[in-house]
Amino acid sequence: MAGTLAEKVWEAHLVRQGADGAPDLLYIDLHLVHEVTSPQAFEGLRLAGRPVRRPDLTLATEDHNTPTLDIDLPIADLTSRTQIDTLRNNAKEFGVRIHSLGDADQGIVHQVGPQLGLTMPGLTVVCGDSHTSTHGAFGALAFGIGTSEVEHVLATQTLPLAPFKTMAITVDGELPPGATSKDIILAIIAKIGTGGGQGYVLEYRGEAIRRLSMEARMTICNMSIEAGARAGMIAPDATTFEYLKGRPHAPEGEDWDAAVEYWKTLRSDDDAVFDEEVVLRASDLEPFVTWGTNPGQGLPLSANVPVPTEIADEGERVSAERALEYMGLEPGMPLRDVTVDTVFIGSCTNGRIEDLRSVAKVLQGRRKAEDVRVLVVPASARVRLQAEAEGLDVIFKEFGAEWRNAGCSMCLGMNPDQLTPGERAASTSNRNFEGRQGKGGRTHLVSPLVAAATAIRGTLSSLADLDLDDDVDLTSFDGTPLAPLTAPSFV
Amino acid sequence: MEKITTHTGVGVPLRRSNVDTDQIIPAVYLKRVTRTGFEDALFAAWRGDPSFVLNQDAYRTGSVLVAGPDFGTGSSREHAVWALKDYGFRVVLASRFADIFRGNSGKQGLVAGMVAQEDIELLWKILEAKPGTEVTVDLETRTVHADDVTVPFQIDEYTRWRLMEGLDDIGLTLQNEADITAFEATRAPWRPKTLPAKHLPKVEIEPARPVS
Repeated sequence: MAGTLAEKVWEAHLVRQGADGAPDLLYIDLHLVHEVTSPQAFEGLRLAGRPVRRPDLTLATEDHNTPTLDIDLPIADLTSRTQIDTLRNNAKEFGVRIHSLGDADQGIVHQVGPQLGLTMPGLTVVCGDSHTSTHGAFGALAFGIGTSEVEHVLATQTLPLAPFKTMAITVDGELPPGATSKDIILAIIAKIGTGGGQGYVLEYRGEAIRRLSMEARMTICNMSIEAGARAGMIAPDATTFEYLKGRPHAPEGEDWDAAVEYWKTLRSDDDAVFDEEVVLRASDLEPFVTWGTNPGQGLPLSANVPVPTEIADEGERVSAERALEYMGLEPGMPLRDVTVDTVFIGSCTNGRIEDLRSVAKVLQGRRKAEDVRVLVVPASARVRLQAEAEGLDVIFKEFGAEWRNAGCSMCLGMNPDQLTPGERAASTSNRNFEGRQGKGGRTHLVSPLVAAATAIRGTLSSLADLDLDDDVDLTSFDGTPLAPLTAPSFV
Repeated sequence: MEKITTHTGVGVPLRRSNVDTDQIIPAVYLKRVTRTGFEDALFAAWRGDPSFVLNQDAYRTGSVLVAGPDFGTGSSREHAVWALKDYGFRVVLASRFADIFRGNSGKQGLVAGMVAQEDIELLWKILEAKPGTEVTVDLETRTVHADDVTVPFQIDEYTRWRLMEGLDDIGLTLQNEADITAFEATRAPWRPKTLPAKHLPKVEIEPARPVS
């Protein structure tokens, strides 16, 4: 029978088919662990006297709580320090590999897996973090799990799961200059809504997706959860294999050949049937920005803030009214007139080397707008090393930005990097929920290019608002890989 | 896990849609390493508002939350379920739930029942007209009863069975351990292993310093 990519990966991991309404039992290839959602899971193992079944399929790192300044000093926040110490002790006790703060492979768990070459096509990948969907960019079935499930995977290397439904999201055509993969996913979420993907695995396909680099694909899959889907996938192709080849844990020799042969079969059959299909035209897209307090409340930057009284649906109207009040925005005002206090460039959505390269390309030789705080936080320590090898850190610092150590940082404000009440940010992260980046903080989700232009002007802006030098090649912002300068490659 | 067949308790109307897990429990409360004691963190940002429903005496002891659509969206934090349970909630009713939240609820003995939005509106009206009204949720018949109204709710069959039997997932899975071991023997050699560790050379990471 013809199958979708998601169904093929699912079937290859069936330990036991569920009968009489019971879920299937699925084998998990890779389990990523961080400090926030794991302590209670390890405690559960300890209480039950159970070991970690497969430490060799498990990897831990520290990201949510870690400071991005003074990382050589003891962590000032006592509860953060306790949580990180707890992870270190658990890793030691249960024999789990860990990359701790200060290690070159420490960083956001969704960057660490791919950069080590552990994330591959056709795997099942889980982590106690909803943005695990990121790894779907490689053609893996990857999804976030709760702490009870973390304990379940640690103990059994499996998960009982009911099959997902499948949704094809086809993005045809070519992205216009200045639009990025972030704008694709924000437009998709605005179209299908924050609940549109509930119960589905999304498969992104079409010409615009095929043209994207691996990192740009990760941005799209990363935010599948913001559309309500637990997982998003992109069929592996030459771009995927190219990214993986030579990475520390990538297969070698005969194993590589066998793997690639198998990976090439990982695509939805031409006659596969999806439960739902959505089509978008990339050429219609422009830089997107959110105006509200959920990721579905987004509009093209050229639009005006919605006027709630013009919204027919009562639920949406009430939600828009509440959002505008929280965000401190006037109905009908142009989004381009919104001034920001902070620009945050980072996170598992947009903290990778290509993001930093594209931002640096825009910021080079300029100064930030006065009174705007600009934070650049690489997704991992290796990304930081790579950026420094390419001289990007110098560009950021000369621009007036703060160049930080790696971690989740202001994306969710579990460390000291937070917004203060009423403070407004343009953020390359993934969630604009109330208080997400700090109590009372106001978040506009944007692409790295919009973040860069906004940092220059102090108001929500795109590249079109800048007087860019002729020699800045805009076509390289369409998601195709930006070549590194002459520098050794770390990531 | 404690068995649950029926539950009766005060119903709390939460007239909001898209209640995300950052609202249920903000990230600052996720730093704890224990599994209990999260009751103070539930809806922390809203609890400061005197008009918030849980700050009204009639609803304070609520154990059945009746919420708007898309409850529990966002992060995978199971702390959201722990906070609801620690506060005293045993049931959440909504027309739609985020997938991960719904899964987490089932693992922790919190009933996440799907009720048609029009029935949610009906329950809201009852609970608002008569604050403190008790709601009975019956897993056997899959019905919600409040005042003179009885409406159905949906829950997947397997989760319902586990809730009613009070069964622990890990114990259930380990009954199939031979299947797991047999599956492991068939895995292709190219599939990655985290151990022994391979990585690029260790490099000193320079700490960033505060900008003066």
